[in-house]
Amino acid sequence: MKPAEVKLDGIGKSYGDEWAVRGIDLHVQRGEFFTFLGPSGCGKTTLLRIIAGFVLPEEGIVSLDGQPMNHVPPWQRNVGLVFQNYALWPHMTVFENVAFGLRERKVARSELEARVMETLKQVDLQGTENRRPSQLSGGQQQRVALARTLVIQPRLLLLDEPLSNLDAKLRIDMRIELLKLQRDLGLTTIYVTHDQEEALALSTRIAVINKGRVVQESTPRQIYEQPASEFVAAFVGKSNLFFGRVQQVDERCIEVQTADNLIIRTASPPSAKRPGTGDEVLLSVRPEAMELKAACSVPTGPNQFMGNVAASAYQGSFVEYEIVLTRRSLKTYAVNPKGKALFQRGDEVNVTFAADDVVIVRYD
Amino acid sequence: MVLLFAILIAFILYPVVRVLWIALSDETGNLTLIHFLNFFRRPLFREALWNTLVSALFVVVFSGFLSLPLAYIIARYEFRGKLLLQTGATLPLVIPPFVGAVALQLVLGRSGMVNLLLMRWFDTTIPFMEGLAGVVLVQTLHFFPFILLNTVVSLSNIDPSMEEMAQNMGCHGFRLFRRITLPLMLPGFVAGSLLTFIRTIDDLGTPLMLNYKNLLATQAYLRITTVGIDDVDGYVVCVVLVVLSLLSLLAARKYLGLAEYATLQRSAPVTRRLQGKKMFLVWLLCGAILGVSLLPHIGILLLSFAKVWSYTLLPTTYTLGNFAEILFRAPHFIKNTLIYTLLAAGLDIILGAAIAFLLLRSRLAGRNLLDAIATLPLAIPGVVLAVGYLRVFHGWDFPGLGAPLTSSWVILVIAYTMRRLPYTVRASYAALQQVHISLEESAQSLGANRLKTFIKITLPLITGGLVAGGLIGFVTSCVELASTIMLVPRIELGPISYGIYIYMQSPLGRGAGAALGVVAILLVSLGTFLTHRVFGGRAGNAFRI
Repeated sequence: MKPAEVKLDGIGKSYGDEWAVRGIDLHVQRGEFFTFLGPSGCGKTTLLRIIAGFVLPEEGIVSLDGQPMNHVPPWQRNVGLVFQNYALWPHMTVFENVAFGLRERKVARSELEARVMETLKQVDLQGTENRRPSQLSGGQQQRVALARTLVIQPRLLLLDEPLSNLDAKLRIDMRIELLKLQRDLGLTTIYVTHDQEEALALSTRIAVINKGRVVQESTPRQIYEQPASEFVAAFVGKSNLFFGRVQQVDERCIEVQTADNLIIRTASPPSAKRPGTGDEVLLSVRPEAMELKAACSVPTGPNQFMGNVAASAYQGSFVEYEIVLTRRSLKTYAVNPKGKALFQRGDEVNVTFAADDVVIVRYD
Repeated sequence: MVLLFAILIAFILYPVVRVLWIALSDETGNLTLIHFLNFFRRPLFREALWNTLVSALFVVVFSGFLSLPLAYIIARYEFRGKLLLQTGATLPLVIPPFVGAVALQLVLGRSGMVNLLLMRWFDTTIPFMEGLAGVVLVQTLHFFPFILLNTVVSLSNIDPSMEEMAQNMGCHGFRLFRRITLPLMLPGFVAGSLLTFIRTIDDLGTPLMLNYKNLLATQAYLRITTVGIDDVDGYVVCVVLVVLSLLSLLAARKYLGLAEYATLQRSAPVTRRLQGKKMFLVWLLCGAILGVSLLPHIGILLLSFAKVWSYTLLPTTYTLGNFAEILFRAPHFIKNTLIYTLLAAGLDIILGAAIAFLLLRSRLAGRNLLDAIATLPLAIPGVVLAVGYLRVFHGWDFPGLGAPLTSSWVILVIAYTMRRLPYTVRASYAALQQVHISLEESAQSLGANRLKTFIKITLPLITGGLVAGGLIGFVTSCVELASTIMLVPRIELGPISYGIYIYMQSPLGRGAGAALGVVAILLVSLGTFLTHRVFGGRAGNAFRI
């Protein structure tokens, strides 16, 4: 079946007095891998269940391929859903589980068998068709759940934290498998997760959701490199955030003084988005953008601070440091530490970073 | 451990084995099946076996019909008055079945309220309570909550995503129920049915009260009490009863084992709100079912205040005399009940906790055997245990008592303790299982020795479970008739259930018997209420195996 496009127009749903989601407008294109990213309880699963038809929104319209879906029951939407806990039926074999949707669609016996087998092969589960779900490993169960949904050739694939019950290594393997499968099939996919790494790795676009609202909707790169709010900067990856007041503005750069008297220089955005002198701004610098050197002189210019190493955690591909300045601390990553000298707790260091790596998160 | 084994073997295993042995040996002590062949040759016994199986089957089927819709409504819908329905559904459990039998006679019997009305209006009567039909009716009304509660539990244990997934795949309505919901709830339903089956064939009081003699339990009782303790046929009947119960118990266990994997619950069950017309229909249905199941309660209450009540719709004169009789003239029934059941419950708690502790926290060889023996009473009908006790403890002086055990009230306490032991073992086992071993280990690593750890950490955490188990023992012992009736040494040593039975033998005593019945209902209600308090929302678990 042709992959669908999904439109959410002003979706709102409340439980009791509280809005689980509200004012959601999103447009998912055909063949996209679109992710709802947010902390637990942010409303992302509610949104997914609204699209699947298990939750009726109180406000707004869900449409698939331009057709309003609000009052179409789940069993008529032809939308595939994979649950977080897989929801494999324990009283049926793997084959029966996968064949279920085809039986509901009254697919002829011979075709049914062929399609089930082919899909099981697709997810690398040949030979397990007579087993019960309880006899499979977590990874295998996950793939049965996926096969069960793919076999009906849904026009839209909904995935609710499908990898969260797998162990770390398997999760990363499955992530790549899922990515290849989705790109091969060209299936419109909506993916719900709280794991920012997963979201960045898989998605063509991400909607970051917090407290029932979309706080930023963009490509993974933009989300990470240009976080639009304090929440996004802190939730997606780690950030060093600086509150301060603009001291100087010109065409090329802006200089900000923070509350604890640090001077930070950042590249000047286009004039429309440029803050003025005296404005309060929030700046973000990623830990991997910060460079450490053994302290040799008292720093003079902007984006140069002196501090002490409070903690160092060696992680193989990088070293995570916590640096204490006079009134705050910074997180920095030293990438690819192989063969380099590492700093120890108590070492005095200079922290520097380029003006291009400073992002203005918001100003008002 | 040795002590526990000694107790369990002396009071559970050995008496049953003795019964078995007598049924399977001839005069010279050789193994023989001749008694069983004789049993099956006698039309009377063949008929008793057939009647027992058929009536139990009918009870199960009718109970199933009553329970399924109620269970589905309770588990899946939210509506005003639901709490009332849930409470109402457990009310049949608080009325002892033999009390219910008497009460139903008054309402539905030959000259009961309904038939008097039918007579007056249509000049006809319906024999609700005649013969086996009456037994089935009374037992159905009493036992259906067992199936109901088990079914509700297994229905609400079904992970909602199981059904949502099927809907997502295009399945809905009755087809969804048949393909997904029904298979997933079946283990609980079947286990509940098997439990009901065991209870039904174990029930001696109902047929006795209705004067229906040709069932296995009644035959065993009549053989032993009229023909005598040496009559082999009585023992054969006992063995047949044990075999039937044991098979059902094993099947129930297997089915519940199947249920475990089906309930990988992660999210809360989804309930839908009912309103308007649908809610009205639900009310109508529940009202009808509960109305019928509450008939015995109404009957017994009326009778307890009645001075004269025969061939009239309602009692003609009311009195408090019946209560005066049982509270002042013959108060020993109530007093005995309290002493026996509380003692038994206390003993059960201690034994149950000790066995559970050995099972979960020790690696001693033989602990599984201990568990098996302690579970056995579930499959031993009260009549059989009583027969075994009479056989083993009759005619020789028990050390320290100076008389045979069977001539003392202690035998009743022992019988109650052993019959309800499986409940406390299970309750303590479940409670102890909740206490992760790491909780105890962290106390020990902080310097508390084993005893201190047990007193300070384990005991406070399992107290709830222990008390709940004890309460179930208390509640069920209060209304235990099958073994009581055979083991009571003298009338003044009898508990309430015995008192009711004795009073009900004479038309004049019926009022006082009913008053005792009301007391029994109150005691059981109190116990059930406390169980609910301790168990919280999972009170239904108390009535599973």
